[in-house]
Amino acid sequence: MSWILPLDEVDPSAEIGGKARVLALLKRKKITVPDALCLPAGTYRFFIGRTGLDQQVFMELGKKDFADMRWEEIWDISLRLRNGFINRPLPEELNDLLGEAVEGFFKGRPVSVRSSALAEDTALTSFAGMHDSFVNLSGTRNILKHIKLVWASLWSDRALLYRRELGLDPFQSAMAVVVQEMVVGRCSGVAFSMNPLKPAQASIEAVYGLNQGLVDGSVEPDHWELSREEGEIIEHLPARRRNALRPGVQGVMDRPLAEKERRRPPLSPPEVMGVYLLSRRLEKIFGRPQDMEWTIVPGETFVLQSRAITTLDQAGGNDERSRYLGWRRNLESLKQLRRSIEEEIIPGLEREAREMAAMDLGRLPDKKLIAEIRRRQEAVGRWVEAYWQDCIPFAHGMRLLGQVYNDHLEPRDPYEFMTLLSGAGLESINRNRRLREMGEMISAEPALAGAIEEERDLDRFEDFVVRVDDFISLYGGAALGGREIGLTRQRVAGLAARFGQGTAAHGPAGLQDKDRLEESFLASFAPDRRAEAEELLEIARASYRLRDDDNIYLGRVEGQLARAMDEGIRRLEASWGPLAGKPGLEEVIEALSSRKPPLVKPGPIAGEGPKPALRPRARQIQGQPAGPGLAVGRARVINRPEDLFDFQNGEVLVCDAIDPNMTFIVPLAAAVVERRGGMLIHGAIIAREHGLPCVTGVPEAASLIKTGDRVTVDGYLGLVTIGSDSLPENK
Amino acid sequence: MGLKANPQGRQAEELEKHLREMLAGQLFAVLSTVGGEQPYANLVGFAASPDLSRIYFATSRSTRKFSNLERNPKASLLVDNRSNRAADLRRAAAATALGEVEELDPSQESEFKELYLAKQPHLEDFVFSPNTARLCLWVKVYYVVSRFQNVFEFKVSA
Repeated sequence: MSWILPLDEVDPSAEIGGKARVLALLKRKKITVPDALCLPAGTYRFFIGRTGLDQQVFMELGKKDFADMRWEEIWDISLRLRNGFINRPLPEELNDLLGEAVEGFFKGRPVSVRSSALAEDTALTSFAGMHDSFVNLSGTRNILKHIKLVWASLWSDRALLYRRELGLDPFQSAMAVVVQEMVVGRCSGVAFSMNPLKPAQASIEAVYGLNQGLVDGSVEPDHWELSREEGEIIEHLPARRRNALRPGVQGVMDRPLAEKERRRPPLSPPEVMGVYLLSRRLEKIFGRPQDMEWTIVPGETFVLQSRAITTLDQAGGNDERSRYLGWRRNLESLKQLRRSIEEEIIPGLEREAREMAAMDLGRLPDKKLIAEIRRRQEAVGRWVEAYWQDCIPFAHGMRLLGQVYNDHLEPRDPYEFMTLLSGAGLESINRNRRLREMGEMISAEPALAGAIEEERDLDRFEDFVVRVDDFISLYGGAALGGREIGLTRQRVAGLAARFGQGTAAHGPAGLQDKDRLEESFLASFAPDRRAEAEELLEIARASYRLRDDDNIYLGRVEGQLARAMDEGIRRLEASWGPLAGKPGLEEVIEALSSRKPPLVKPGPIAGEGPKPALRPRARQIQGQPAGPGLAVGRARVINRPEDLFDFQNGEVLVCDAIDPNMTFIVPLAAAVVERRGGMLIHGAIIAREHGLPCVTGVPEAASLIKTGDRVTVDGYLGLVTIGSDSLPENK
Repeated sequence: MGLKANPQGRQAEELEKHLREMLAGQLFAVLSTVGGEQPYANLVGFAASPDLSRIYFATSRSTRKFSNLERNPKASLLVDNRSNRAADLRRAAAATALGEVEELDPSQESEFKELYLAKQPHLEDFVFSPNTARLCLWVKVYYVVSRFQNVFEFKVSA
């Protein structure tokens, strides 16, 4: 088998993927396509086998059922695998052979490196845009590096999620690559030889410059509809023509259009017809309507790629695929999200929580209280929706930085970029600093420490009480799992006293390297792109900070709903005596309005089943490394708000999903373990800010680990070992 | 003895399934015995009782493992389903049984015959040869590993 061969020598039945197969067939039919070399899937397999990446893939994806992974975890896996591809050099013989082939064939001309995955674009699935392609690359080393990046994109989060959606086995996939001569068209676009929504019509979209602008949505295209029967243009929807993607020194640049181009559509009517007829010719060759990408240089139209139109709603843009593609938001849309979060969502949340907090619920008649509970429920629903719409997608800012950083600097640690984000002034860190300061006051004043210990009244320690009350008014309204956290003076003081005793937390690791890393990151960009890099860094920092902060603000509004609910429950208990459990919102409202006792679902009763022959106990469970370090300690499993106040210095915090409203105990912890997975989730962010070992994505963490278990947390490998044969305890 | 499946959730369930499949499906396991201070490992053909508390195997009385077991009945047995490919990191599981080995009590002979010969019929001549000892590992605990690093302990009820 050849590792690399020209398109016209390729056997179309070989393992070259859909894109290469189409181009090879078109070349045989004398359709103009760019000159290209093809690397069959075997080259990819040789590379991953020889470098051991195949084993890394199995390890990363084998930790738990693929179906159980959250997208944050999948993104992390994808990041680590991508870094594996970047860091592993091509085996020497492959490097030499590919290098010679590329140099001999293209003789220094710039190229595009495109994915051609084996499962891609079959009749039933469209992987359009799922895998990476890179445009306008020069220099053999650079081109070979991008071949590896295209291979790595087989494991991109988008591709993995999409395969999961389609029920495809990720382990069966492999990637061929097309290295294509760069054709710098005057204008480019896509043509649907049949409009999937209106089968009697064909559609053409065109932009000035390179096609990437259209494909990634950064350039608005002119759009034409044609009648398939008459072969005539029936509609032209002009774009607001402003910009075009053009080749830069490497890669592409977003450039404003010249005035003349703004006024004139990229295609003349005869050119529209030319593109349409070409798409019909391809439809005839392949026997199915085609989605064709093209570019025009003066005098010639090139087909860049073509695939069968797979689904009728492909142009509808509302399928799962478009959602995954949506994560790839570019800087501009991230900036818009940031404005919306900082200028509307957070101030709105603060305003609403403040206004709710000012209301004296005790004085409302039952009817008004019911209305108030409803109003708050509606407000929470509204804010949660805004949260999903803007805050969650904005988290992509961190990920975008991670990817760009790793591509540019090729660090050994795929999370090195996190150092650039740490210390961004998180709201929860400010909150924890207040606790630490109160702790220091307690340590400095034995009389105060004694009063707290003996739970005596604290009024005479005026300075301290002012701080405690301040803290409660700022953070006391938060909710956890629909219940108010329940901060009291005694609880806050008790907690602060533990902060005063010194903790394992010490601040983010590697902070001393931050300036150096930032400098080398920015220096890795050409001078004309540095501003873009600075912007990206700024957005990523905001994304990191807001990922935590938005939850704290949302928690305040949720806390106000919990407060209204608690008032309702208080009234019910006043009428009907203590309730056996906590009624839900509808039950509280129903009971208040009907003046009948609420329905309370009884909790599960522990049954005495037959004694099992095998008694299982978790000994070691694995998640993902989310904060480096090693710690041993007693586990404290947090299931209810009350558990927070039992937390002791040096314990290992174990929970199902860390809520930013409970992270005030994190500085007391020796390590953090969480069932929910990911490197960029709250638990991981806050652990990292405090320099604590952290493992996330540990299945069933909060049920397999019990409070009191001795656990070893390995934040380097993502392991939690339960039981006594572990390392000696810290301290 | 009844077995209650899934007492703790999915991982325990998954690992118990691996354990049962390996004990039923694998023909051979690695037996470790102790001679003085020196651990000693060999492959043995085995069969497990349905409640997994007993693992039967056989060896010639003139072997080192037999003499080790005579002096120190403590033993460990490893059974796994690896295929010697990279995919093992994702798919393979292994179980280590710890316990003590005894020669069969006459009351166990029929169970041994039924279980062992059902699985290893080609070893009939060997196991009933005069110099062969038929042995039982009474398992106290299993450690089951899957997905490379997930480890669960399964204590066997007496």
